[in-house]
Amino acid sequence: MSGIHVTTKINGDEVQFVCEADESLLDVLRNRLGLTGAKEGCGTGDCGACSVTVDGRLTCSCLVLGAEVDGHDIGTIEGMAMGDELHPLQKKFIEHAALQCGICTPGFLVAAKALLDHNPEPTETEIRFGLAGNLCRCTGYDKIVRAVQAAAEEMNSAKKIQQKVA
Amino acid sequence: MAKVTVWGSLRSQTGGQATVEIEARNVMELLARLGESYPGLQPTLKRGVSVSIDGLIYREGWLQPLQPETEVYLLPRMTGG
Amino acid sequence: MPLDNPSANTRKYKLVGTRPDRQDGFDKVTGRAKFGADAVAPGQLAGSILRSPHAHARIRSIDTSKAEKLAGVKAVVTRADFPDKTAGDSGLFDILTNIMARDKALYEGHAVAAVAAVSPAVAKQALKLIKVDYEVLPHVTDVDEAMKPTAPVLHPKLFTEGLAEKPKKPSNIARRYEFGHGDVEAGFAKADIIVERSFKTEATHQGYIEPHACLANVSPDGSGELWVCTQGHFMVRDYCARLLGLEISKLRVTASEIGGGFGGKTTVFLEPVALALSRKANRPVKLVMSRDEVFKCTGPTSSASIDVKIGVTKDGLITAADATLRYQGGAFPGSPAEFGAMSAFAQYHLDNVRTIAYDVVTNRPKQAAYRAPGAPMANFAVESMIEELAHKLGMAPIDFRIKNAAREGTRSSYGPVYGPIGLLATLEEARKHPHFKAPLGPNQGRGMAAGFWFNFGGQSCVSLNIPVDGTVTISVGSPDIGGSRASMCLMTAEELGIPYEHVRAIIADTSSLGYNDVTDGSRTTFATGMACILAARDAIKKLCQRAARMWGIPEEAVTWEKGYAKPAGANAGNFPPLSLKEIAAASGGTGGPIAGHHEYSADGAGVSFATHICDVEVDPETGATRIVRYTVLQDAGKAVHPSYVEGQFQGGAVQGIGWALNEEYVYGKDGRLQNAGFLDYRIPVCSDLPMIDTKILEIPNPGHPYGVRGVGETSIVPPLAAVANAVSNAVGVRMTELPISPPRLLKALDTVSLAKAS
Repeated sequence: MSGIHVTTKINGDEVQFVCEADESLLDVLRNRLGLTGAKEGCGTGDCGACSVTVDGRLTCSCLVLGAEVDGHDIGTIEGMAMGDELHPLQKKFIEHAALQCGICTPGFLVAAKALLDHNPEPTETEIRFGLAGNLCRCTGYDKIVRAVQAAAEEMNSAKKIQQKVA
Repeated sequence: MAKVTVWGSLRSQTGGQATVEIEARNVMELLARLGESYPGLQPTLKRGVSVSIDGLIYREGWLQPLQPETEVYLLPRMTGG
Repeated sequence: MPLDNPSANTRKYKLVGTRPDRQDGFDKVTGRAKFGADAVAPGQLAGSILRSPHAHARIRSIDTSKAEKLAGVKAVVTRADFPDKTAGDSGLFDILTNIMARDKALYEGHAVAAVAAVSPAVAKQALKLIKVDYEVLPHVTDVDEAMKPTAPVLHPKLFTEGLAEKPKKPSNIARRYEFGHGDVEAGFAKADIIVERSFKTEATHQGYIEPHACLANVSPDGSGELWVCTQGHFMVRDYCARLLGLEISKLRVTASEIGGGFGGKTTVFLEPVALALSRKANRPVKLVMSRDEVFKCTGPTSSASIDVKIGVTKDGLITAADATLRYQGGAFPGSPAEFGAMSAFAQYHLDNVRTIAYDVVTNRPKQAAYRAPGAPMANFAVESMIEELAHKLGMAPIDFRIKNAAREGTRSSYGPVYGPIGLLATLEEARKHPHFKAPLGPNQGRGMAAGFWFNFGGQSCVSLNIPVDGTVTISVGSPDIGGSRASMCLMTAEELGIPYEHVRAIIADTSSLGYNDVTDGSRTTFATGMACILAARDAIKKLCQRAARMWGIPEEAVTWEKGYAKPAGANAGNFPPLSLKEIAAASGGTGGPIAGHHEYSADGAGVSFATHICDVEVDPETGATRIVRYTVLQDAGKAVHPSYVEGQFQGGAVQGIGWALNEEYVYGKDGRLQNAGFLDYRIPVCSDLPMIDTKILEIPNPGHPYGVRGVGETSIVPPLAAVANAVSNAVGVRMTELPISPPRLLKALDTVSLAKAS
């Protein structure tokens, strides 16, 4: 066994780790770096519970090898809040009861943020298709969609106020 | 005397009777005497049962008092998801 | 118990019925919440399980010697490490046999051996070195096939129970149940129209997103600790202790956050194996299932085959109802056939009714409970027939249902007479709902169904502590799957008269509280919630006692009102009220810490009803069905936190939609599961669905001080029929098999067009 040395950025911080050639990014995050916010629901890219961003792009971390992320920027749920201030999506998920058991929540939040980063004013259909790669078995998705709508609205009105001020 | 109705497939163990009369002051006594009077019911009782007393279902209500006019139904032990 | 509380109707609540943020929300949206697989112990080993590739095989021998010699392997266990300590308890023996195969592998995925090693890679390598000598046997996976006299018999000692005479030969039929009253033959003789049909439903999995996981640590002195995602850590403790011969009090089980259960985490799979490995290796051992293992080795629900016959008069009164239900529950007895039989016709007022149920074993994984176990399939068959009869009668299906609906005083199809029930309320409310009058587009159809579930109470134990700053902690023993901690805090705060934010709930481990039943049967908010209320009342008694001491008056002269102790009446003296906070601050000097407690066995849960309305649009080209609109109307007794009540309604409805349209266990001729992954076992995704509209009805349950009724399970009962009725109404063909997947629907459409052409 010979480990592979990887240098990467996770949530803005430089991180170095050594992993095996067959280790997924998810395994590295969870087992080597103690970042257990990303969950393994399937290990085959079907459930989205392990969602992270790689260079801003939504990715199932179970489908990427740890060795592949050398030199790339990783975003995980642990980096979503800004200091002690929750991201609007995180706040709205709590307010709208968009989680029951909460196992899928980190993945949904990362996916929803990636969606809003690319499309700040999505329609309900765009939200539903944007989140179709994430499985939730508790909520029936209703309250998740509403939380994302509410967060988008809040973020857009905050942006408009900022623009006006500027 | 409490009147206890057993479900259909248990009637072969009560001599074909749907309802049997048991002298019992509470559910615990009722289940014990039911087993003594109809030993064929033992495996079912051992596995666990619920009882309905005047329409309300009890899973653990051993000490529920029984009146002579109380309608008691033996039911399979309730489970859920 | 039950608490008779007539004031439940009129009481004005300050907090119950509001929608505050759940307190565990922060940890769950930041990734900090610790679930089953998130725990780590110093020096932990990785466990892995070897599973049978065969659906049915005798295990002649298991050779683990090579695996044991592999560097990094610290323990290997097989059936030899699980001696039978079940003392004649056949249910427990089945669990023992299920967690580790004994003489036979009974389904593909049945555990045969397990390894603990320094890394997952070494553990997996070790599994490949274990040699199992199998004698492959004929298998059976279909319920109707398994009942045939020629079917391969799984258990040579299994003789059908519930027959008039004990059968002479063993078979796969474990039990026969019969329920009902009246004379169905006489009832059918009075009928003008009789309809008879057969229905089939496939097995579905609970589909929780979190695979089973645990971390076990057994010391050489026989004491142990277990971290596990489960619906009931006390259940896990008791099963593991009994299976492994440990003292119950020496095994401390902590429930992690749980990533969904829906009934599937109400038994043990990995836990005794992890403990056995840890005991043998003398190191902590972590075992985590893969999704493939979850599908193949944990409990899906039963598949079912059901015949229904219903007779009605011309003016729409049901004269007789008869059903035969056959449920396979995998390799061991215990399918919820009896609950299917009891609930099938529970929503109707019937003078003549009979249901017969068969519990059948097959070479599939041992079924586990799934939300209202046994009821959805039976409801699908019956409510499909009700819809068809309404059409035949020329009556609106809702009017036909209302005409025959069970009401207070109805003798239920399972025996007892109903007290006050909320079925008619949900039906009447459905009829008034705008959804009912909305126009339908081309290829669209509307269906509805009414459903029933029992609910129960069970054992709960709650401790409440009041630190000196006047905040409150409640320790409960019911794992929180869907936000129940928020409901517990609401009820506790309501009772004490303090803000919601001042109460914090935790799930205590098994050494810190008395026994608590599993979070199932829609019991937690009802039963553990009631224990919180009663623990708060116990604390109030003590708070009044302390206030009395502070004032130097007798205890009886103090009352509790909205968070304050007050002298009761003029004779008690004229003292300004003392707040909970003031009494708590003085507690050290007035008698020590203040705590409340309650332990009991809750009964009086009260049965539950729901009505669902569903619109679908069918694509005749592809056979795909899309849900266009969906409405749930259900009685909650009293909704403690309405958002999470709605969430239960919506989640149950969508699980039912999946059952109706997509989800199924597909077996090959080799008895192996063909679709053990979320790609091929397709649960509903966000883009499949519209918003799920909900209407909470509140008809107080007399068995709870606030009128609360369990809400978790009933919502999965009506969707199968509501969806199937909508599809049938859209395409003009009665759909009798679930799921209504595109190939199945196209086949049905072809049959119709062929019939029309000829």
